[in-house]
Amino acid sequence: MEVRQISLFLENKKGRLWEAMEVLAKAKINIRALSIADTSDFGILRLIVPDPEKAEKVLTKSNFTVRENDVIAVGVSDKPGGLAGILKILTDADINVEYMYAFVEKSGKKAVVVLRTDSISNGKKALKKAGVAVLSPKEVYSL
Amino acid sequence: MIWNKEAECMRIGKRENLQLERMRAILRRAYKNVPYYKKRFDEMNVKPGDIKSLKDLKNFPFTTKTDLREGYPFGLFAVPRKEIIEVHTSSGTTGKPTVSGYTKKDIEIWGEVVARALTMCGASKDDIIQNGYGYGLFTGGLGVHYGAQRIGATVVPVSAGQTKRHLDIMQDFGSTILTCTPSYALYLTEAAVEAGINIKKLKLKAGCFGAEMWTDRMRDEIEKRFHLMALNIYGLTEIIGPGVAQECDQKNGLHIFEDHFYPEVVSPETLEPLPDGEKGELVLTTLTREGMPMIRFRTRDITTLRREICKCGRTLVRMDRITGRTDDMLKIRGVLIFPYQIEKALLEIKGVEPHYQIIVTRPQHLDEIEVQVETSKKLFSDEVKHLEEVKKKIEKRIENSIGLRVKVTLVEPKTLPRSEGKAKRVIDKRQL
Repeated sequence: MEVRQISLFLENKKGRLWEAMEVLAKAKINIRALSIADTSDFGILRLIVPDPEKAEKVLTKSNFTVRENDVIAVGVSDKPGGLAGILKILTDADINVEYMYAFVEKSGKKAVVVLRTDSISNGKKALKKAGVAVLSPKEVYSL
Repeated sequence: MIWNKEAECMRIGKRENLQLERMRAILRRAYKNVPYYKKRFDEMNVKPGDIKSLKDLKNFPFTTKTDLREGYPFGLFAVPRKEIIEVHTSSGTTGKPTVSGYTKKDIEIWGEVVARALTMCGASKDDIIQNGYGYGLFTGGLGVHYGAQRIGATVVPVSAGQTKRHLDIMQDFGSTILTCTPSYALYLTEAAVEAGINIKKLKLKAGCFGAEMWTDRMRDEIEKRFHLMALNIYGLTEIIGPGVAQECDQKNGLHIFEDHFYPEVVSPETLEPLPDGEKGELVLTTLTREGMPMIRFRTRDITTLRREICKCGRTLVRMDRITGRTDDMLKIRGVLIFPYQIEKALLEIKGVEPHYQIIVTRPQHLDEIEVQVETSKKLFSDEVKHLEEVKKKIEKRIENSIGLRVKVTLVEPKTLPRSEGKAKRVIDKRQL
């Protein structure tokens, strides 16, 4: 099982992000992590939520274009060089990172990095081989 | 099934004799009863008696929408007003509308030609025809209505733009034939899915779609979503309304009911008639209309006439699906473009929905085209680069088709206006 991420297409229009958040709020879906990629005329909102299927369903119902895909989540010790170490492993394995975002978990000891590599399975394999703590969906959703 | 075998399958030579006889008669009536025609014929120094063969019609003047506006409202009637039992107008997007007047016999002819068209779609007495064309001044609603009644089918006059009612009736009545604009048909499929209707359970077997330009790709989409046979109908208010031509189940062009409407295709530049098989502007002459004869009416629609005999057994000439209009032509940086070309390019790309809008602007003395395309689940990706690739791919495809660079903007699904009548595809913001 991989960690699932919800992506949604946002037209560059006032209030659109708020509308998406409203849909999730009404469905009582809490957001674990989020990032927005923006271009001149559209944006892509990426979300990690405890119940991706439900989120996809309610968002689709409200006419959002939604996709679910796999990402890798790793726990990184919250200190200088933590992220660099992870990226070094991927670079050495010749794996390209499409995008990533990070957040600090509640206890503050660890940072969680969400990574999207070209091939999720190769990325995961390389990280595991180097002894990095790759988080399970359950661990991520309950953060 | 063929509604009027004698007329629709008539030997070509015999039909030409009939057309010639009718052409002479209508030119005589137009000349005698309509001052506008008398003036124009005299100016061109032509007389109804000059018609020796069908081809001689080319010496007679054209009639344009502007001419009709000048005669507004009743100036082109060829009978006293009291003989007119019904009038329709076509939408006046630019200036005054044009008026079309029908005598009792004209209404009968209209019923006859639409009956032929609906029969081509498989309609008979046994069918329930759900009519989604607008009733009122627009000819679509009543035209289909008269044709359906001529056949003796059960017609349900829902009219345009009552989506919920359309969906309810479709399910509850078990309608077998749907008539509306193709863009509204697509809209209905979306609405049906949203309402959770099991489309496979509907009894629809055919759709008679027209009143706007559409493409084969749109046909495929409608057929796939609605599980019916989608056929193209053509007509215009100035000539009679719907029922000038209709596609048969061969889906190989629309048969023109040429015993009532004589077609020519002329070059949009020289206005000279073109041989069959060449693309140009369709010009129509009514051969039997009493109330308002139309002599060489310039339809502005671009098509090609084909004489090869159709497998359906009809000997009627066929016209290609309309591929553009001489007056909707956009002139962008001096290049002539039809919105149809952009639509066709768009729909060749997998995952692109047939909903789009073309916006023309002139920011710095140079025309720019923006094409707004709705995203779909199939096009969307979590990666920006993939979406940028989709945009570039669409831009490239359109550029290959029209020879100009365009900017494609992806917009959210269901945000572009869905018209319940004719889809508005082009917004020209240039201030010329």
